[in-house]
Amino acid sequence: MASEAGTKSRRIESNFADVHPALTDDEAVAEASRCLYCYDAPCMRACPTRIDIPGFIRQILHRNPIGSARTILDANIFGGSCARVCPTDVLCEGACVDNTLLKAPVQIGRLQRFACDTAAEASLGFYSPGAATRRRVAVIGAGPAGLTCAHELRKRGHDVTIYEAGKVAGGLNTLGIAAYKITTDFALTEVNRILAMGVVLRLNTPVDGTRLASLLSEYDAVFLSIGLGRTAPLDIPGEKLKGVWESLEFIFQTHTKPLAKCKVGRRVVVVGGGNTAMDAANAAIKLGAESVTIAYRRDRGAMPAFDHEYDYTIGNAVQFEWNARPVRIVGKGGKAIGLRCIRTRQSKSQRGAKLTDVPKSEFTIPADMVIKALGQEPLADLLTSIPKLKLNRKRRIVIDPTTGATSVPKLFAGGDCALTPMEEVVSAVQSGKVGAAGIHAMLSEVKR
Amino acid sequence: MTRKDNGDLPNGGEWGIDLSIDFCGVRAPNPFWLASAPPTNSAYQVRRAYDAGWGGVVWKTLSHEPIVNVSSRYGSIDYDGRKVAGLNNIELITDRSLEDNLREIESVKKDYPDHALFVSLMVESKRETWHDIVRQTQATGCDGLELNFGCPHGMSERGMGSAVGQVPDYAKMITSWVKEVAQIPVIVKLTPNITDIRAIGRAAKQGGADAISLINTINSIMGIDLNTMAPRPQVRGYGSHGGYCGPAVKPIALNMVSQIASDPDIGLPISGIGGIQAWQDALEHMLLGATSTQVCTAVMHYGFRIVEQLISGMSTWMLQKGFRRPTDFIGKSVDRIRDWGDLDLSYKVVAEINPERCINCGLCFIACEDGCHQSIKMERVEEEKYLKRMKATKDDRVFVSGGEQYIHGAGDGYVNVFSINQETCVGCNMCSLVCPVEGCISMKEIDTGKPRMTWKEYQTLLAAGKIDPIRPPEHV
Repeated sequence: MASEAGTKSRRIESNFADVHPALTDDEAVAEASRCLYCYDAPCMRACPTRIDIPGFIRQILHRNPIGSARTILDANIFGGSCARVCPTDVLCEGACVDNTLLKAPVQIGRLQRFACDTAAEASLGFYSPGAATRRRVAVIGAGPAGLTCAHELRKRGHDVTIYEAGKVAGGLNTLGIAAYKITTDFALTEVNRILAMGVVLRLNTPVDGTRLASLLSEYDAVFLSIGLGRTAPLDIPGEKLKGVWESLEFIFQTHTKPLAKCKVGRRVVVVGGGNTAMDAANAAIKLGAESVTIAYRRDRGAMPAFDHEYDYTIGNAVQFEWNARPVRIVGKGGKAIGLRCIRTRQSKSQRGAKLTDVPKSEFTIPADMVIKALGQEPLADLLTSIPKLKLNRKRRIVIDPTTGATSVPKLFAGGDCALTPMEEVVSAVQSGKVGAAGIHAMLSEVKR
Repeated sequence: MTRKDNGDLPNGGEWGIDLSIDFCGVRAPNPFWLASAPPTNSAYQVRRAYDAGWGGVVWKTLSHEPIVNVSSRYGSIDYDGRKVAGLNNIELITDRSLEDNLREIESVKKDYPDHALFVSLMVESKRETWHDIVRQTQATGCDGLELNFGCPHGMSERGMGSAVGQVPDYAKMITSWVKEVAQIPVIVKLTPNITDIRAIGRAAKQGGADAISLINTINSIMGIDLNTMAPRPQVRGYGSHGGYCGPAVKPIALNMVSQIASDPDIGLPISGIGGIQAWQDALEHMLLGATSTQVCTAVMHYGFRIVEQLISGMSTWMLQKGFRRPTDFIGKSVDRIRDWGDLDLSYKVVAEINPERCINCGLCFIACEDGCHQSIKMERVEEEKYLKRMKATKDDRVFVSGGEQYIHGAGDGYVNVFSINQETCVGCNMCSLVCPVEGCISMKEIDTGKPRMTWKEYQTLLAAGKIDPIRPPEHV
């Protein structure tokens, strides 16, 4: 039935409409007029990239959205993306003093989007490369950290080549965040603004330890921003069954395929309690799953997902199975038909509290799709193959927080593969800025 | 019909409060009148206004020959997202025929005998011409006349309006011509576009005026359209200076009302005009000496219905203050306006910040630091230490998400906490003016232990060598 298929497809498209729709001109000015224009503003200090938020809001108020976008992009070249995907509730908007005064913050994220969209619609690039220094830098990984680093280096006149293992640039910002938060097209708009600075981008070009060693001798500096690897396995029987997905792979498809063609189960179970688990569960509902259950081995109080993500997920009628530790994925004919769990007991309602199984409490959640969302593992093979590269216990690269420098000369790092305060696009952007400044400082010191 | 008689007006009657006034012999159910302006252009509008609750109107200015207006006519100034903080116009006096106006005035007055109806007049400066229009107008049965000596645009270039109101001799002469034939009270409306408004007030008094109304609009250019570089409002790309009014002009009006009210050579009833949009504005005009008030811009913005909130607000205030009728408070603040040299130099207030109310916005700090007297200290307090300090109101500041604790007003691990250095604070008020939180910054009187001393007394003592020069506190 073609017409039914058309209706379904339209319904799915509308399910993926913006969570926080764009503000109109009138809305933006009215919202901007709420900003008190704080001095040494808490919102600005709470932003990892230190965007001058009162400044850009005042520019919107005074009908200068282009100038506003420039203020934002000066601090964060992914300003339009961060406006969409940042956990503003715990960053700028959480810090906003209007929470205390009026019990509601200024909608900073939506204002930021308004300004950045205005600039994007006007196709304004704002930036041009600095005078050529003939210094060459290789960036490994075209995610937000690598691209930001490339942008900042081009502003300072250094040549940059980015090596990207995948088919598209932008990393998780392009593919890894559910499409109801950010569209692929918009993410690429911000990528293209950076590429227009004259960055050489080599897609489908993975880098291994050997290649990295040669890049280090070939280039004046290397910025490592490879992100993380595959989703951590559950290490339980049945993970190879058909219908078992990794959360990122599940979300990728919302960016790489028409939504109506995306795979989704009738009954979906998502394993995990982080923000990616919420993204995957919400995307599954929006793609048309009849029921979606999140199974988490601890309780609500211990769940790492942000409260606003949890609230949004609850609002989408996603079910939660608390204190449910998966023990086996049940299969039939090579296909998943359910997730077998055992009840757990916590010594305290908090992360890291001791967890014990409740004897004889096993139960099965029927499911034809099981999505694993336990967080990503580091790309350990590559990292450990780099001689003298210092990693921490969680196998993240140890960097100097002020320069991005690693323990290896000429090698800098940023983004999720390195130690950053949070795994968010905005933190990756900041680490790219820091790394570029560190590289530039080093290149300025070293005599040719 | 939505007509409300005075007794039915919201809040007034049942509290035993009587808002009615006597303005130079003309009674009105309340002091809220409409100024001579677009809202009083026709019988249709005036009837609607009375029905809505307005106590009186001044009919839009009549002349012998109707004028021709331009398109467009009004411009406004917005303030950070709020519309029409100020309004200007390049509209002239009535563009309707004298006959139509007089006929309508007569019929309205017949139907609304208890409401005040004044008629604004402006004709060329000839004795016979003035005599004629006064005779024709008072034949309608209207309660009084208002002489428009104030319009700053269009008519002034033809020797009328503010061209008269800026020259005391002209104002006096024309007033006396009018008084030669007028059998009803005559108000002279003053222009603010003058160095000392009292000069014209005195001239009006000498000419025999029964009352004074002020202020008319202020000379203004509203702005420039930054696309076309034409002024606003524009007429085929060109503009002209116009008359400025609206909330932004109130302080200018209040000053002039107080000047007229306190001048011993004038002593006439005053109708206060300028920036009245809320009941507080009207009360301020009245406390500074106005018996009636006139409104235009707020009605042009929101319609006649605003009078209900004016009546309600004034009645409630009177109830709380124990006043029964406007005469209980009219002019009560006139005496509070003094020469600067008569103010007490020994009086001192300092700012005080209530830390429980402070939301950590820093507006007080930067205002004091850059614009005033560098007397606010900004202290970075680590989040945990801050929460310990804020014990009582901690819950308003803290929230949890994903198992982590966050603080409103914090960023980069710290909260800015502000305090006043009362040693250097000069008590200028600025921090309390910019603070967005009600009851957070207050100005407290401190005992200087010094006897009262005005600047004038200080000068005398200084000259006699009986006192050392007063130095400001050291800053920074």
